[in-house]
Amino acid sequence: MKLLALETSTDACSCALWIDGTLQERFEIAPRQHGTLVLSMIEALLAEAGLRLHQLDGLAFGCGPGTFTGLRMAAGVAQGLAFSAGLPVVPVSSLAALAQGASLLSNGSATERIWVIQDARMGEVYHSAFLRAPNALVNESTVPRLCRPEQITPPPGDGRWIIVGSAWSVHHLALAQALVGCDTEVLPDLRYPHAADVARLGVDALQSGRTVSADQALPIYLRDEVANRPATNQTPF
Amino acid sequence: MGDMGNDRCVLGIETSCDETGVAIYHGQRGLLAHALHSQVALHAVYGGVVPEIASRDHVRRVLPLVREVMTQADITPSDLCGVAYTAGPGLIGALLVGAAVGRSLAFGWDVPAVAVHHMEGHLLAPFLEPNPPSFPLLALLVSGGHTLLIDVEGVGRYRILGESLDDAVGEAFDKTAKLLGLGYPGGPALAALAESGNRSRFVFPRPMTDRPGLDFSFSGLKTCAVTTLRREGNDPQTRADIAYAFQEAVVDTLAIKCQRALRQTGRRRLVVAGGVGANHALRARLTDLVAQEGGSVHYPRLAFCTDNGAMIALTGWLRLRAGVREPLCIRALARWPLDTLSTVSEP
Repeated sequence: MKLLALETSTDACSCALWIDGTLQERFEIAPRQHGTLVLSMIEALLAEAGLRLHQLDGLAFGCGPGTFTGLRMAAGVAQGLAFSAGLPVVPVSSLAALAQGASLLSNGSATERIWVIQDARMGEVYHSAFLRAPNALVNESTVPRLCRPEQITPPPGDGRWIIVGSAWSVHHLALAQALVGCDTEVLPDLRYPHAADVARLGVDALQSGRTVSADQALPIYLRDEVANRPATNQTPF
Repeated sequence: MGDMGNDRCVLGIETSCDETGVAIYHGQRGLLAHALHSQVALHAVYGGVVPEIASRDHVRRVLPLVREVMTQADITPSDLCGVAYTAGPGLIGALLVGAAVGRSLAFGWDVPAVAVHHMEGHLLAPFLEPNPPSFPLLALLVSGGHTLLIDVEGVGRYRILGESLDDAVGEAFDKTAKLLGLGYPGGPALAALAESGNRSRFVFPRPMTDRPGLDFSFSGLKTCAVTTLRREGNDPQTRADIAYAFQEAVVDTLAIKCQRALRQTGRRRLVVAGGVGANHALRARLTDLVAQEGGSVHYPRLAFCTDNGAMIALTGWLRLRAGVREPLCIRALARWPLDTLSTVSEP
């Protein structure tokens, strides 16, 4: 199984190539440089593997939530590449990719219960909870939501949640107050989803046929209120 | 890398504002197919284009339109020698959608990509028609975002002679239409209302025609419309009379500046493009003007006055043939001066 993955929903830009269980990744924290980096990263990964795009089995992309422009960058690239090479597409939640990365910590210990809380700007956060399955992949156990940090409520179930994501450093006080009495441990440095984790989750989806066509490679924004409608059609008279 | 033989095509993608346009231009056979999705209805309730809503719609529309034009033109990817997309000026988020899809398609098909200047696309749109003009020429680009008078020696050889110091002419049409209760975008509705206006009741000023120079200013006409409406009452006939006076002032001002520019430069050919180039009163006046001046005037068909993919595919083809290439990079510019483009030989 050969799969290309990309993830541009945060300030980090990353691309990964999965070839039969081995992963190569390019990752850079580079605000507003995604457009300059993403195709070059893909070109380099393919060249190193001696592969052409059409020899792949599928393409996965981090579909959000995240920065709107970043999500459309990922979706647009996924659409263009998948359409031109005739590949199926796997949209992977960017929150799931972050949870996947957090599920196996650098000290080798596995984390079972991960609650991702990402800063959504405009005084809000995106959040969702994930459980690590026996196959070492995370499953989303809640519906992803957008809310103000002070209104956040813990996911259902007993036991300690490991909190990851960029929201903690931005909304520390509001989140700490909202989570008083809740059994949590915070790992605030885990905040960038990686394409390698998009690939891990993407391969699983590809194997079980959970794919879409190129033109359905679309972002999941969560925030849908992006403009205020005028109350009435006002004229000055 | 595809060779740029005349027997192959370029895919063109336009997403700079509120229309998604895609087209295929063939080196010998000309335009093979074009398709457009207009978002006008999506933005109408907001009284203007909402950039985020525009971007969200483009990312849903581009690829289905690419499929559609490839089917319409009956071509396969091997018939393509390049992909062109609008990279500016315009709404940055909207532009980036076309750039991301277009640059990635080119990478996937292993053909060159080219970043096209939106206004160069408009300027060259008359070359999609039978009997296109030859260079040099004078171009009047009039749209919701731009009012430009340009001396054109060839493709990429542009000297800006005049531009609007405030509202673009299409913007002035839309704003005045809104004041007259014609909704958004109301430019075409204003032109229709002007048909029933009394020709002698109001005369609006011709801004900046009483001094030398080729720049424009249209925001004062909008104010003039408001004060007239307040003074004279808001009955249907008064609104029609104001619409007539407003349009007449705009058309007259544009014609005066075009005449001045034709005489200053000695050009014989006038190209008129952009959304306001579809305005019938403007077309009639400029046709009279060039007849009087002993020249010719060239318009794109009405569908190619407004934003479209055909003009981007054509411009892309001309630039690709001249060897212009976009690196492996997805980029766009909200602002991009037309007179900084590279020079390309004549088509």
